[in-house]
Amino acid sequence: MSQIFNCSRRDFCKTSALLGTGLVLGFYLPGCQKKDIIPPASGPFKPNAFIQIAPDDTVTFFINKSEMGQGVYTSLSMLIAEELEVDWKKIKIEAAPVAPEYNHTQWGNLQGTGGSTSIRSTFDQLRTAGGAGRMMLVQAAAQIWEVPPASCKVEGGKVIHPKGEKSLSYGTLVGAAAKLQPPKQVPLKPAASFKIIGKPRARLDTPAKVNGTAEFGIDVKRPNLLTAVIARPPVFGATLKAFDAEAAKALPGVKEVVQVDSGVAVVAESFWAAKLGRDALKIKWDDGPLAKLDSATQGKEYAALAQKPGLVAANRGDAAATLAAAGKKIEAIYEVPYLAHAPMEPLNCVADVRADSCEIWVGTQMQTLDRNAAAEVTGLPPEKVTLHTTFLGGGFGRRGVGDSHFVREAVQVSKAMQAPVKVMWTREDDIRGGYYRPRAYHTVRAALGENNLPSVWQQRIVCQSIVKGTPFEEGMMKEGIDHTAVEGIVDLSYAVPNLQVEYQMAPAGVPVLWWRSVGHSFTAFVKECFVDELATAAGQDPLAFRKQLLVDHPRQIALLDLLAEKAGWGKPEQGRAQGLAIHESFGSIVAQVAEVTVEDNKIKVGRVVCAVDCGQTVNPDTIVAQMQSAIYFGMAAALHDAITFKNGRVEQSNFHDYPMPRLAAMPVVGVHIMPSKEKPGGIGEPGVPPIAPAIANAVFAANKMRLRTLPLNLALPTKPPAAAPKGGKKKKK
Amino acid sequence: MITLIVNEKNFEVDVAPDTPLLWVLRDQLQLTGTKYSCGIGECGACTVHINNEAVRSCQVLVQEAVDKKITTIEGLPENHPVKAAWVAEEVVQCGYCQPGQIMQAAAFLAKFPEPLDADIDKEMTGICRCGTYPRIRTAIHRAAKASAKGGKP
Repeated sequence: MSQIFNCSRRDFCKTSALLGTGLVLGFYLPGCQKKDIIPPASGPFKPNAFIQIAPDDTVTFFINKSEMGQGVYTSLSMLIAEELEVDWKKIKIEAAPVAPEYNHTQWGNLQGTGGSTSIRSTFDQLRTAGGAGRMMLVQAAAQIWEVPPASCKVEGGKVIHPKGEKSLSYGTLVGAAAKLQPPKQVPLKPAASFKIIGKPRARLDTPAKVNGTAEFGIDVKRPNLLTAVIARPPVFGATLKAFDAEAAKALPGVKEVVQVDSGVAVVAESFWAAKLGRDALKIKWDDGPLAKLDSATQGKEYAALAQKPGLVAANRGDAAATLAAAGKKIEAIYEVPYLAHAPMEPLNCVADVRADSCEIWVGTQMQTLDRNAAAEVTGLPPEKVTLHTTFLGGGFGRRGVGDSHFVREAVQVSKAMQAPVKVMWTREDDIRGGYYRPRAYHTVRAALGENNLPSVWQQRIVCQSIVKGTPFEEGMMKEGIDHTAVEGIVDLSYAVPNLQVEYQMAPAGVPVLWWRSVGHSFTAFVKECFVDELATAAGQDPLAFRKQLLVDHPRQIALLDLLAEKAGWGKPEQGRAQGLAIHESFGSIVAQVAEVTVEDNKIKVGRVVCAVDCGQTVNPDTIVAQMQSAIYFGMAAALHDAITFKNGRVEQSNFHDYPMPRLAAMPVVGVHIMPSKEKPGGIGEPGVPPIAPAIANAVFAANKMRLRTLPLNLALPTKPPAAAPKGGKKKKK
Repeated sequence: MITLIVNEKNFEVDVAPDTPLLWVLRDQLQLTGTKYSCGIGECGACTVHINNEAVRSCQVLVQEAVDKKITTIEGLPENHPVKAAWVAEEVVQCGYCQPGQIMQAAAFLAKFPEPLDADIDKEMTGICRCGTYPRIRTAIHRAAKASAKGGKP
């Protein structure tokens, strides 16, 4: 067969050479065509790691970003399909395995999902992958027909003959295309020619998620699969002294009790048996150095740290001298608590460790690290570890950890049992399991200049480091400053001539992690509330004040204008008050107006209008969905949630004391996308930062109470609360 | 042995009678469309129908479900107006809570065929961490309209 193909190829070359002369013309006259010789397929055609086309026209995309609700399976498919020109209905998605071809284009040798980078980091890569596949299929068809490739058209997964009278489907062409070399140059369509990118498209994962067949990690089924639940230390850093497993082992269904790094695992035939087994364990812990951890005391420690100069993370002009010379200073303290991500699907991982292999099924955001961790635990080379990424029942950062702890423990249990095991976290394990958004304490000082605009802004941030001691430290920590603690303020958009930002790293202990929007989740709260305070001090409207300060940021000004128009700024619905915030993060700008009512010491958010500039859009409906989602996620934290400690123990445990607003509390949300030709920005996270300050600013507009502590609490004094006296009683629980 | 009627089929299960129904569905019957999220009846991810009423299966002991008609997401017809509306309104994000939301909505619409927003507020009490609530609301209205036009299975 290869001979026939070669023959055809020679004809092709001859034909191409003749084309310019016009001598070949008669060759194509109707009725004079010879029969097309189509090389048969010996398997699917894989032009690159992302695309596979089968002889039956099925197109499979291997997506290397985890689908956790943000719509990447669909939006990344749109990028490939735009250039591949494939029949959208024939697309199937598979989660990519762990392989270097799937490494994040901006993270070095890591495959993973996070930082709202999925579109931004693959926009060129995946369009190029699609274009390369299309070019090879076109070339294959052109060779068969003995016509120049450029004269062929493509549409809906078919290459169309220049005369338009016949076509070959991609599936028909896989045999021929598989023999070709990928093109060295792939010219990409200009944005004006996009047919798919920028137009709303239904999510590919919807049907499976509506009929219950979508497989999340927790749903993975394997022959003879055991389930384990782990008794974890009650205090972070506590160590196991002794345990008595006799009662647990006596329970029906309980198979074994094994000690692993994260605690004591009860392995059973089912979750319920494992859970009852865990309840029956008798464990002695050495509580360790955090045995007395107490949120009120910790607050005092943070306040004391804030008195000391920190490492300078940003410095423009001379903030100290300007402040010293200023007449009236405006000063404030802002505080935010630890927060749990609380994805609806609690953490879990299935591991099957064999003598010479290890297989893992997990909803993870960090495939390479998890694969490597499994290799380390098993002693197997990484290539002997196979990791299957399932759907993630929410991520928000919680499933992207540097230490792979929830994979490591499952591999340990499976290794000990010599059997496939699913380790499951209960909701209580999740809420009390750490890896929280760090608590943060901010002091901020400013003064207004002669022009009634801020002349100086000095901010000191006390907060634990997320990246210190993790594989991310090298890239994200510079000269002792964890960038995630100061992002969103070191690059202050407001034209303040003298700016200083300092970072005081709080002592490590409580495990902390990125939580949807990371440092922006608190720096935007402080920045956008404090700029409102400055507007009040200047006697100006918050919108007009911001616009004066955004002289160097025309996109932000334009977005504020769009928002003001859509929200009816200054004209809230009867009985409501409006608050405003704008913040740039992850390559996108989001501005929001929240309309609230304050009644009976309760804040009710009635409406949120959101304007977003994320550059070139890919799937606009996903952008709307992510804004709705981010507003909800940020609002839940702004109004309700905090992880607190007493006697070293987390005080919350489940949704009754770490509450989530229900449908009735969801505001009406309007989302407006700024048309833009700028490069694409992130979309999963940037909607979160503005909502808390927009609500707080609306509360101030409603009743002149300036709330500077999250969650917003009208019952608290407007200045940060003094620490509770020692031995003071805490209500609840 | 306990006999359960799930999705119009009889199943014999060998479990302790005080096992929560949720875990019998998931672990014994492998009906994993019904989800675990809180285990205390707060979130609604485990919602199923028992005799056409929406219940949180983590709060029902399996012995209480004997001889009753249990329906899970897998047993809700594919052409059910609520499923169709969920697709049409592009409700899902991570999707984990949606089987529970759909089961809750289906039982709700059976009782409130022409629901007001206030009814939806009161009855749709499940948690969605992705905040798909605005679309759940519009999907319910869409499903109600479809049912009124005879879209009911």
